[in-house]
Amino acid sequence: MNHGPARPELRGLLAEFENEEAIVEATQKTVDAGYHHIETYTPYPLDELLDIQHLHKNKVALVILIGGLAGCAVGFFMQYFASVIHYPLNVGGRPLNSWPAFIPVMFECTVLFASFSALIGMMVMNKLPRPHHPLFDIERFRYATQDRFFLCIEAEDPYFEKDATRQFLEELKPHEVTEVEA
Amino acid sequence: MSQQEQAVDIEKVDKYTGDGFVAPEYNNTTVTQKISNIVLRSKTPWGLFLAVAVLLPVVGMLGVSITWLVLIGTGIWGLNVPVGWGFAIINFVWWIGIGHAGTLISAILHLMRQDWRNSINRFAEAMTIFAVMCAGMFPLLHVGRPWLAYWLLPLPNTMSLWPQWRSPLVWDVFAVSTYFTVSLIFWYMGMIPDLGTLRDRAKHPVVARIYGILSMGWRGASSHWARYEKAYLILAGLSTPLVLSVHSIVSLDFAVSLIPGWHTTVFPPYFVAGAIYAGFAMVLTLTIPVRHWFGLQGLITTRHLENMGKVTLATGFIVVYGYAMEAFISWYSASPYEGFMMWNRMTGQYAPFYWALIFCNAVSIQILWWKRARRSPVVLFIVSLIVGVGMWLERFVIVVTSLANDYMPSSWDYYAGTIWDWSLYIGTIGFFLFMMCLFIRFLPMIPMSEMKMIIPKHRNKKDA
Repeated sequence: MNHGPARPELRGLLAEFENEEAIVEATQKTVDAGYHHIETYTPYPLDELLDIQHLHKNKVALVILIGGLAGCAVGFFMQYFASVIHYPLNVGGRPLNSWPAFIPVMFECTVLFASFSALIGMMVMNKLPRPHHPLFDIERFRYATQDRFFLCIEAEDPYFEKDATRQFLEELKPHEVTEVEA
Repeated sequence: MSQQEQAVDIEKVDKYTGDGFVAPEYNNTTVTQKISNIVLRSKTPWGLFLAVAVLLPVVGMLGVSITWLVLIGTGIWGLNVPVGWGFAIINFVWWIGIGHAGTLISAILHLMRQDWRNSINRFAEAMTIFAVMCAGMFPLLHVGRPWLAYWLLPLPNTMSLWPQWRSPLVWDVFAVSTYFTVSLIFWYMGMIPDLGTLRDRAKHPVVARIYGILSMGWRGASSHWARYEKAYLILAGLSTPLVLSVHSIVSLDFAVSLIPGWHTTVFPPYFVAGAIYAGFAMVLTLTIPVRHWFGLQGLITTRHLENMGKVTLATGFIVVYGYAMEAFISWYSASPYEGFMMWNRMTGQYAPFYWALIFCNAVSIQILWWKRARRSPVVLFIVSLIVGVGMWLERFVIVVTSLANDYMPSSWDYYAGTIWDWSLYIGTIGFFLFMMCLFIRFLPMIPMSEMKMIIPKHRNKKDA
């Protein structure tokens, strides 16, 4: 397929590091050097990297809150509709909208909807599921989920120049630098 | 494999008896190998085949029991007129209680930053899911016409009738189904990074493809981890009140009625504590043999067992407090029916069950005061089995003694389970263990990514 000339042939440069300390130091230096379009890949979350990449703020909590409130509303109106509108049943003059008795079901609906929002929201915002990704073409990238740490400087970064960036990464003393094809 | 593949010193790790939460031989590489190789090795250990060979007939027995029940009806059970809630409700409460420890370990201990739970949470969550499956079967079968079970759901029907929203039995439907769904989401979400690891380590392309689909293309990007961690934390925060609500609502099935011995406000906390107690006992019952068979002593260490022993002892005492309060209030209420119920429980036709329950749940755990007992897998295993039996007896005593001897002496009767009650109950135990075998074979039973998070911390602590 022809994607046109605008598309870079290279997606980025990927450097592999052997331990936590090395990736944290390298990422810090990369950010200090002015690169913005970077991503790190680690077998487990590293707080230091989230600090350096300013990743602590995200909208997951908001999505879950909205999901939970929606669940609560659905739970209430389901019971309200059944007891007050659709089939009102007068039992000894007790109120039809007996909301205190509706609380358990409202609570369960809140948790149910919020949990689905957590899973689906997290997935959608992470652009997952994505069964294939150019990174998976790199032989050693499979260690990113095991015991190695990867730093990728993406080609769309304004400072990205193939040779200069490669040299910059080499100076961070990685295990290896590989090109990620688009 | 590359030079990264260093062999873990299996001998050393299998015999680890140190005081840490992780054996010092484990690092990011070796922990990944150890756990994923249990799943990815080409040969299934013969022990698992043997277990499945023993369990499959039991699962078959479950199938036969359900089929016969559907064909003939609940008359094949031992239910009679005063005792309408027999084994079905006892087993329902027992199973759902067992499930609760999984959520406690994965959610509440996570919120409290008790990171030792990282090596047992996956296992306990799997236990939750299978236990809730077993639990769910009982009320559905108990309704007598399981093919009409959809009547429990708020669906418009030709009579324009709705479920009775003010009844705890309807709350239960929502609580248990929500609990199952949320536990499944929590379990699956926790597994996504590990499924990615399995995808990347699988040698067979089909296996890699299957784990690839299950892992949703997880690649461990930090921006993904940030959202993942947030979502996981909030899910833990949601599961915590959920688990408390589920067993509270289960207890309201009893407490909202006017039966002596059931109509008491201590029931919700007492049931929740009993659930956690039974669940921790079940976690011990399962992890002790599994860690032995799979050589996981370096990951589920003696220290873990000791901590679980402590939780068992502590929740056991809350349960004992519940027993004491039941007895005290039945006297203090000055209600002749309450007083008779308690006296009858202790001295009546079911007295042996009551005293067996007191022995199992209140006396047997006292051995856990001794550190040596808490650190001995054999002692813990035996105690956990006794507690499992004790918690079943507790539900039996609560359900049966109050119903068999109610207000009217003329309607009293004796209740005992028939062979079909027992075959269904034992069948669910077989089903539960069978599912656990499948889980151990096909999914990572210890969370690799979470273990890697705590390994450096524990190593630093040791060096300091």
